[in-house]
Amino acid sequence: METEYLLSMNDISKEYFGNKVLKNVNLQVKTGEIHALMGENGAGKSTLMNVLFGMPVIHNTGGFEGQVQLDGKEISIADPHDAMNYGIGMVHQEFMLIPDFTVTENIKVGRETGRPSLVPVLDKVFGRDLDHMLWDEMAADSRRSLDSIGMMNIEEYAKVAGMPIGYQQFVEIAREIDKTGIKLLVFDEPTAVLTESEADRLLEIMRLISSRGIAIIFITHRLDEVMQVADSMTILRDGEFVARKEVAETNLVEIAQLMIGRQVDKLVDDSEHDPRELSDDKIALELVNYCVNMPGEKVINMNVKIREGEIFGFGGLAGQGKIGIHNGIQGLYETRGDVLIHGEKLDLSKRGEALRKDIAFVSEDRRGVGLLLGESIERNIVFSAMQVKNEFLKRGLLDRKASLKHTREMIELLDIRTTGPQQTAGSLSGGNQQKVCLARALTLKPNILIVAEPTRGIDIGAKKLVLEYLTKINREQGTTIIVISSELVELRSICDRIAIVAKGTIAAILDPEAPDADYGLAMSGLKREDVGA
Amino acid sequence: MTGFKKFVEKVGLPRLIIGSFFIVLIIVALALGLNAPFLFSDIIRRWMMYSILVLAMVPGVQSGIGLNFGISLGVVSGLLGAVIAMEVSFVNGWFYHFGAGAAWLTLLLALAIAIVISALVGAAYGMLLNRVKGSEMTVSTYVGFSSIALMNIVWIMLRFKNGQLKWPIGSGLRNTASLQESFGGLLSDPMVYESPRSITVYADVSDVGSVSVQQPKSLGFLAIDVNDSGFVLPLGLILVFALCCLIVWLFSRSKTGIALSAAGENELFTLSNGINVDRMRILGTSISTVLGAIGIIMYAQTYGFLQLYNAPLMMGFTAVASVLLGGATVTRARISNVIIGTLLFQGILTVALPVANELVNVSALPEVTRIIISNGIILYALSKTRGGNQR
Amino acid sequence: MNKKIANTMTNPDNNISERIKTLLFDNKVMIVFAFLCFGAFMVSGMQLEAVVAEVFTRIARNGFTVLALLIPVFAGMGLNFGIVIGAIAAQIAIFAVVYWRFTGLGGMMLAVLIATPLALLFGYLVGKLFNKMKGAEMIAGLILGYFADGLYQLLFLVLIGGVIPATDPRYIIDGGMGVKNAIDLTGSLKYSIDRVKIIDLALGLLILVVVITGVKLFLHLKKKRQLERKDLIIFAVVAILYAITYVPAIEKHLFADRINLIVALPLFLLFVVIRNLLAIYKNSKKPDPNFNRPRSIFYIALSVLVYILTYVPALESLIMSINLPVLPYVLITGLCAFNNGLLNTRLGQNMRTVGQSQTVAAASGINVDRTRVIAMMLSTLLACWGQLIYLQNIGTFSTYGAHLQIGQFAVAALLVGGASVSKATNKQALIGVTLFHLLFIIAPQAGNQLFGDAQIGEYFRVFVSYGVIALSLAMHAWQRKKPLEEITAD
Repeated sequence: METEYLLSMNDISKEYFGNKVLKNVNLQVKTGEIHALMGENGAGKSTLMNVLFGMPVIHNTGGFEGQVQLDGKEISIADPHDAMNYGIGMVHQEFMLIPDFTVTENIKVGRETGRPSLVPVLDKVFGRDLDHMLWDEMAADSRRSLDSIGMMNIEEYAKVAGMPIGYQQFVEIAREIDKTGIKLLVFDEPTAVLTESEADRLLEIMRLISSRGIAIIFITHRLDEVMQVADSMTILRDGEFVARKEVAETNLVEIAQLMIGRQVDKLVDDSEHDPRELSDDKIALELVNYCVNMPGEKVINMNVKIREGEIFGFGGLAGQGKIGIHNGIQGLYETRGDVLIHGEKLDLSKRGEALRKDIAFVSEDRRGVGLLLGESIERNIVFSAMQVKNEFLKRGLLDRKASLKHTREMIELLDIRTTGPQQTAGSLSGGNQQKVCLARALTLKPNILIVAEPTRGIDIGAKKLVLEYLTKINREQGTTIIVISSELVELRSICDRIAIVAKGTIAAILDPEAPDADYGLAMSGLKREDVGA
Repeated sequence: MTGFKKFVEKVGLPRLIIGSFFIVLIIVALALGLNAPFLFSDIIRRWMMYSILVLAMVPGVQSGIGLNFGISLGVVSGLLGAVIAMEVSFVNGWFYHFGAGAAWLTLLLALAIAIVISALVGAAYGMLLNRVKGSEMTVSTYVGFSSIALMNIVWIMLRFKNGQLKWPIGSGLRNTASLQESFGGLLSDPMVYESPRSITVYADVSDVGSVSVQQPKSLGFLAIDVNDSGFVLPLGLILVFALCCLIVWLFSRSKTGIALSAAGENELFTLSNGINVDRMRILGTSISTVLGAIGIIMYAQTYGFLQLYNAPLMMGFTAVASVLLGGATVTRARISNVIIGTLLFQGILTVALPVANELVNVSALPEVTRIIISNGIILYALSKTRGGNQR
Repeated sequence: MNKKIANTMTNPDNNISERIKTLLFDNKVMIVFAFLCFGAFMVSGMQLEAVVAEVFTRIARNGFTVLALLIPVFAGMGLNFGIVIGAIAAQIAIFAVVYWRFTGLGGMMLAVLIATPLALLFGYLVGKLFNKMKGAEMIAGLILGYFADGLYQLLFLVLIGGVIPATDPRYIIDGGMGVKNAIDLTGSLKYSIDRVKIIDLALGLLILVVVITGVKLFLHLKKKRQLERKDLIIFAVVAILYAITYVPAIEKHLFADRINLIVALPLFLLFVVIRNLLAIYKNSKKPDPNFNRPRSIFYIALSVLVYILTYVPALESLIMSINLPVLPYVLITGLCAFNNGLLNTRLGQNMRTVGQSQTVAAASGINVDRTRVIAMMLSTLLACWGQLIYLQNIGTFSTYGAHLQIGQFAVAALLVGGASVSKATNKQALIGVTLFHLLFIIAPQAGNQLFGDAQIGEYFRVFVSYGVIALSLAMHAWQRKKPLEEITAD
């Protein structure tokens, strides 16, 4: 049975520091087929590919369990170079191209053809360093590779700088094709950066390549593309193997459902009495034709109204724009359109204006944006309130007594596990760091609290506590809370409504109880009506 | 073993080596029978003489511009303030009119001019550094060098009347101008309060030739010769340094100071709190430059001479090395780093000279030691902070 | 339609006035400097002959060192202020050679023999250190230079005579410890390279070609490599050239160690013309979009014009008055060829890749750290040889000062030629060294004429050398920041 597959990865398991990220995953790819590898962010797709390419990150963390077979023979891949020798190549999401080099130089980088130097002794000393470069031969090779993927109109001697993104991607592909004995090509979300017509072209080329017997693993979130080109697919969820399906035997709705999966249990107990009265007349925050120019997380023409006292969720896949929403409000990136706070326009050109309008933020990038890692917990917690509201100051200087008192209160309130207010934020665990970020936001006594990825990288106990606390302040203080998260489960357990963001805009606003398939389709930017299901 | 390792880690290897070396040198010096009171007062004098210049590193590092090799800008501003003040004092015959107070007046005027110039220069320099984020150190080194070279041209073109400043023949200012007839030693030299000084009076003011000026003995506490043992406590200098430290410390506890320090530690964090990071960096650079200007004036008054032209060329390196030696990094520096670092660095150089003279009779040895230690420590710090960084 | 895109992409500015604008903008530093030099010259009232002669002497003296800076630029390591360390290796070697009383070309060869392994070792260590400070190479190189100077002083002031036995009173300070302040090479190594005769060079070239052809022949016989017709032609040409040197009429010219500019200049112009003609011919067979045909034609025209100008009597007498030392210029030419040749090897291509993107290089299986170390070793070695050329020409050098300003001046000269932190060519290095030293020669005199003080000119040129470095470092950092802003704003 095994011989019919070109590549078969069996029972692959991988642990990072006791955290199981892959649990007995299987992946089988036939010669010349396009096989889609699907799953949400964090499902384990990239870890699986790291295993396949023998990336150092795998070997430096204790290797993996399971077996990798190529052409029915078990192989062991120690590093990316090995993978290349086995004929496994990758087209990266971020291009590995040098703009100032010509197409030929880029295609041949690290693999240049050369004539050995004059003196063999020198070759012994310098390896092949002194080879004379044979550019004419290399240019001919590059031409052949480009032609073979139908790219007659890319000149092999043109510089890459200034080429359209799509062309750059084709140069990447040509480079992989140019490698001798290529059998399997991995495309890592190749269409994410392309325009629609470029993406169509790419899919065409993928078919062309596969028709010549080269197998393709196609990592993507876009269900429609999968239906268009893939022959078969493997779906992962939370590091587990969910299913291997032939595309012909399934449909969009089924795939979407498989990707999202059944919601196991609510993280937060909300059986208590809910005293809030939400009304469409009382809008806390409204986005009108709102755009944010955040690289990799663009927001395009978003319109939404968030009610006072509501817990509102933004979900969706990475790179679709949900992260851009609060970064724009915070003034970190250029924006267009309007943000209305209680009906009043927010001046987005003034940085820090949102903070002064009683909006507080907890950033998704805890270590990069959320904390002063080298400073004490105390300094972190009181910083924003001091800078924005002139609190904790006495005669212009830091009021240590007040700030210490407040820090101690916060430590107790949020159960921050620390040796004391003077411990540096950088030496705390992820969960406790998140609580410090939350404490800093709460110190501002916000009217609206925007929390991005509230539970990323923290353990289950802390997760529960953070979410419960968010619910608590919402119920007790009437704070409007906006949660931006990649984890649907947590959104569905605390939010009143959830907007799914796809391609920079809102695909659907769903009830937490809505069926899984609705969520799956929305995340792909599709609607149930579109697929006719 | 692990205890020792922890100790090394905590103190830092360079500090441990240099510190031990310092102690060994002192022991050797005492064993050689060198005059202990002189030796120790020399150490204190040089420690305090350099410390404000080193203190100038702190606001720069804290605001995120890294090690401010461009402190030369502050240094030349300070020198400019000093020469202008001396010329004004001379041309207006301050010593003739005001007697002993003229020295203080000159010092204050020098500081005032220096602070104004350096604040402006520092702000402009900060704007430049905002444009070259990521390469501040390379750029600032050469901006520092250029400023010294530019000032060389200025020094030689200035047409001053004060005989202490100008060349007796030819044009321009002297290489080394004595402060004997101005504010030299006010804060550090007991002699100033013990005996009168004869000071030349500008012929246009009066034809008396010179006046004798005696600083009031009541101010003698500013420079105490303890029990007449030869051990001098430059209390005035120490007070000025302490005042500067206090101001820097108070600033670090203020709202702006805290924002500035955050800007240096995490730009995105600071931005996300609605703070203008670039403005904070300009402020930090400006304060650093002002402290550099004050530092060089204090240095000169202690040393007794103004050193113009290329003399301050490598002063930035000494200041950078000192603060690193005290345990600062490219991104974080504290006042304690300044105090410890300057003591170690200047202490070694002070003791090395007489010891080397006794032992090997190579007078250039302290200079060689200075070059090796200062550049070695900077290299060490760079390799620690930028280790393996990919662009 | 797509084809059009590709074409317009590679040639974004076909517009002539646009092109001239970019040309002027790209060479702004050079142009400003040229005007500065011209103005200073007019003010100084110096004799043109004297200035030109001095410039050519200084190119011979400093050109090699400036060219030694190119390789680290290729490898993306910026301006190598650490060449001071190569100079230190050269000075150690020179000291050893003169101390042991070796003289002449033989002595110089011994100095090369001693200096080479030293420089390679130093370069290796510098490279290793730079790999620990990626992105901070320039500041590290600068400080490393000062640090190495400290160690050098320790060696020369204390260790030599103090620990290493040395007593010769010609070089050692009275009292037996440390080396004197100045080392005089007169009668030992002074002009040992400058005074090599053309005839000796010809012999050297013959021997070299004979050996290489011999190796090729040997390989051919062992069937390891095919002997090509090209190899034989080269051998034949060199052999014939050498035979010509026995013609008495020619022979008597060849015993000279200098060559008149009136001979050298047409040779150089001929070289330029042939090179550009070849390029045009090549391009007509196989078009290359990066080839700039009008520029080639411009160079040919310029060469012809210059050649015609040499017949103007005033210029002719000026040119006739200038004699070039042969070997230094041959070595400079050789280094230019080496720099170009290196780029055509795998090593050179790897350096370029590493210089452009270390991430891509590493992902493509290039050993980034090793490539960088090799670049530093080469640069240090070349700088060391450059210092040997410099010292033998100067004749007397300050033991504790001769190396200090080397990095500074070489870098400034390169930048004046229009190079930047990330891009530099042979041509820029040569133009730069010419302009920079032109200013060096003229500035004191101009200062004297303008302000009645030569010192001002001295200070001015120092200011310019620091200033030009500060300016280009700032501009480089400024420009490097821009692309980021564009990405966020697009």
